[in-house]
Amino acid sequence: MSALKITVGLALAAALLPFATNNPTHLNLAILVLMAAQLGVAWNLLGGYAGQVSLGHAAFYGLGAYASTMLLLNFGINPWLGMLLGGLTAAGLSFLFGWSCFRLKGHYFAMATIAVAELVQIVFTNWDYAGSAVGLTIPMSGQGWGAMVFAEKAPYYWLALGLLVLTLAATLAVERSHVGYYLRAIKDEPDAARSIGIDIARYKQIALSLSAFFTALGGSLYAQKELYIDPASVLGTGLSIKMALVSILGGVGTLFGPVVGAVVLTVIEEATRVAFGGTGRGTDTIIYAGLIVVIAVFYPNGLLGWLRQRRAHGRAQRASLAQEAAR
Amino acid sequence: MNAEILLQTLASGVLIGLIYALVAIGLTMIFGVMDIVNFAHGEFLMLGMYSAFWLFALYALDPLLTLPLTVLMLFAFGMLLYKLVIKRITNAPMLSQIFTTFGLMILMRGVAQFLWKPDFRSIENSWVAGSVKLAGVQLGQPQLVAGLGAVVITAVVHAFLTRTRLGAALEATAADKEAAQLMGIDSHRMFSLAWGIGAACAGAAGVLLATFFPIFPEVGANFILIAFVVVNLGGFGSVTGAFWAGILVGVIEVMGGLLLGPQYKTAVVLVLFLAVLMFRPQGLMGKA
Repeated sequence: MSALKITVGLALAAALLPFATNNPTHLNLAILVLMAAQLGVAWNLLGGYAGQVSLGHAAFYGLGAYASTMLLLNFGINPWLGMLLGGLTAAGLSFLFGWSCFRLKGHYFAMATIAVAELVQIVFTNWDYAGSAVGLTIPMSGQGWGAMVFAEKAPYYWLALGLLVLTLAATLAVERSHVGYYLRAIKDEPDAARSIGIDIARYKQIALSLSAFFTALGGSLYAQKELYIDPASVLGTGLSIKMALVSILGGVGTLFGPVVGAVVLTVIEEATRVAFGGTGRGTDTIIYAGLIVVIAVFYPNGLLGWLRQRRAHGRAQRASLAQEAAR
Repeated sequence: MNAEILLQTLASGVLIGLIYALVAIGLTMIFGVMDIVNFAHGEFLMLGMYSAFWLFALYALDPLLTLPLTVLMLFAFGMLLYKLVIKRITNAPMLSQIFTTFGLMILMRGVAQFLWKPDFRSIENSWVAGSVKLAGVQLGQPQLVAGLGAVVITAVVHAFLTRTRLGAALEATAADKEAAQLMGIDSHRMFSLAWGIGAACAGAAGVLLATFFPIFPEVGANFILIAFVVVNLGGFGSVTGAFWAGILVGVIEVMGGLLLGPQYKTAVVLVLFLAVLMFRPQGLMGKA
């Protein structure tokens, strides 16, 4: 079955969930999974396919959230348009991000992205027009699909699902185009890629702009869902880490890796929070962090990579058994 | 702005910069020897602070008195962490290395919160308190002692690296792991030593800070980004570079705070960091 068919099939099946349950807790968990998955898929465009580990993607998420919210509050611009403009703003500013960080490799790149995101957070924390540290509130006045504000959970679920499918579709398109092949070449053999005339900076920037665009859309959706944003909630370092973590957990550079990672990570996160969160002693954090370490140390290729290895191993074993039997 | 304020700011920048240098030395050493960025480095500092706090609160022992004990404990802890966790990711992809030390950072903060609660704590009435006037500049005694302590410890580490066989072996491993191995130097022993020394230096910085800085589980977050900047400016793996870069960053931070307002002091340091990354990735003092 092709990746396209799997995506469409899963999306159609998932779209029916709100008809099966209207329990707000379950729907909310499903929305959190979808939103985390979308961010992971968007991060993966740069981090997985182009191999550039960004730990500063919260900057794009925050730009998206702030752009749509500020356009709505100050100019009455519809959030649908605001979302698109937010995405374009992030994609535009990603050129600055790329210009300052892309000449760096590996650890240096990762650290530079942290610094850039931290700078963006400092700006928004001290910018009065953007609500500074207090944040911005979106009024509940206009509701419905036009205003992208809803009292119930189901519409947000469909929005998050739609955005995830859109991001997956973009990734699939990249994967199958020449850009995808170039990115893989840049990731695995940068020197060879350069020697055959691939403009490395250009293709890295394409991956970054796309990644920034979709990350910002996720930020706008978050703002419309929570109806409140502040620097800590949309620009925090923890957010950047989570986007990367979702991909790494599932498997970087694979289409569905971040989706798998988002399901596992969000369920673990919420389950430990419900089970131990009330104690105020950080037990949930300890379990969460312990898992990160275990996964990073023992499953460096993510869950999908691990499954693939096991399957390949099983196949090899079966093949050798068949050979034995034939003899 | 008068000269007195300027001098005052410069002096306090140098003093905090010496602490930054001490934190960064361990980070730069770990990176230099095994090419791993330790995101959990600020947590060694946090553990040092808590060690000083509890020895003071429970046994009324002054932080300056318990400094050697804390340094030994952190040294052992750093080696243990290497043996239990880091050793397994020595040759792993960069992503898993980043997330291992990152996970350790969150884990150590969580454990500290679990054991000691998220409250802000402080050490009152330690031996050093109040301030002295030196050449017209008012300096807090705790800060002055901390700065001097940082200089002494940095000097000891430097002497260890340049004057002892073990230190030379460590430097050799940093310069060329394979060649050092051929000379009979056990890489894993050197890596473990680097983690021990790194943790001990950050722990010592924590003890020195404990008399004038709030103690809480996430305190390391205030230092890790600065330490990255210092390591970059000084050149990855260079102890001397980290020392001078630490002082420079401390001065730039307080000067930025004075000129633009305290909310932008970190921003000034980060802009400098990005500028150096872009135009001199080998560090201000590193060789091309």
